[in-house]
Amino acid sequence: MKRNVFSFISGGLFGAGLLVSGMVDTTKVQGWLDVFGDWDPTLAFVLGGAVIPMFFIWRIAERRAVSALGTPMPARPEPKLGHNLVIGSVLFGMGWGLAGLCPGPAMASLSFGGVGGAVFLLAMAAGMVVAPGVRLRIDRHAAA
Amino acid sequence: MSGMIEQDWIWGFVGGLMIGGAAGLFLLVNGRIMGASGLLGGLVDGSGWSNAGERIAFIAGLVLVPPLLVPLYDTVDTHITDNLAVVIVAGLLVGIGTRLANGCTSGHGVCGISRLSLRGIVATVFYLLAGGLAMALARHVLGII
Repeated sequence: MKRNVFSFISGGLFGAGLLVSGMVDTTKVQGWLDVFGDWDPTLAFVLGGAVIPMFFIWRIAERRAVSALGTPMPARPEPKLGHNLVIGSVLFGMGWGLAGLCPGPAMASLSFGGVGGAVFLLAMAAGMVVAPGVRLRIDRHAAA
Repeated sequence: MSGMIEQDWIWGFVGGLMIGGAAGLFLLVNGRIMGASGLLGGLVDGSGWSNAGERIAFIAGLVLVPPLLVPLYDTVDTHITDNLAVVIVAGLLVGIGTRLANGCTSGHGVCGISRLSLRGIVATVFYLLAGGLAMALARHVLGII
């Protein structure tokens, strides 16, 4: 129960931050990516604001074996750069640029994002359903 | 006008601190990395059903809290394109891409960069470059957005 309460609070604070920062507005995100147009640097301030506290919080987290609720702290992933990391990030970036939405803001804006926002969320969920199949095909191709 | 832009930067930074605070809380209390695509994706494809409650609670907060703040603003608009074909293609790309890469702007970006994780930094470089390229092509060459 406690776990779900803190999960809800984290999600709520994340959503509030996305709203306050302007990241639920696709024109701000696309303005950042549009280096050949009317460039908008807001996203760099958002990322900076988020990364700075997290830099220090990771230092605390990595000194502990378990979290406050007893879950083992997430292990540092192997610094392995597979093809899926690169292909996936390129595909994600293309979609992010086209619509100006990434998964967090897509969910945070559900209540006021209208039909377009709901359609994006459904398409994104559909993409997540087929992704394991896509991954299998890519891996088979890479192994061949 | 320039004053308005600078105010956007300040609110961007403040919102960013809130996002970092949320990621920190989720890490220190729940012991989880705050990645929006992973939290949703694990529910959608079944790979994360073992801690489904935690995922559903996070997403519930993410969806239900922002509308409580909307009344503080004159207008809140995502300004998403009316072109539903573009929206669908973009959504599919984001869904497939984030799951292949195992993360998006929150997991690889916020949590990965701040941990100085090589995977997070490399992913962020690639999605930023791809996003800029998609933007340049779709807006300035094809004119569809």
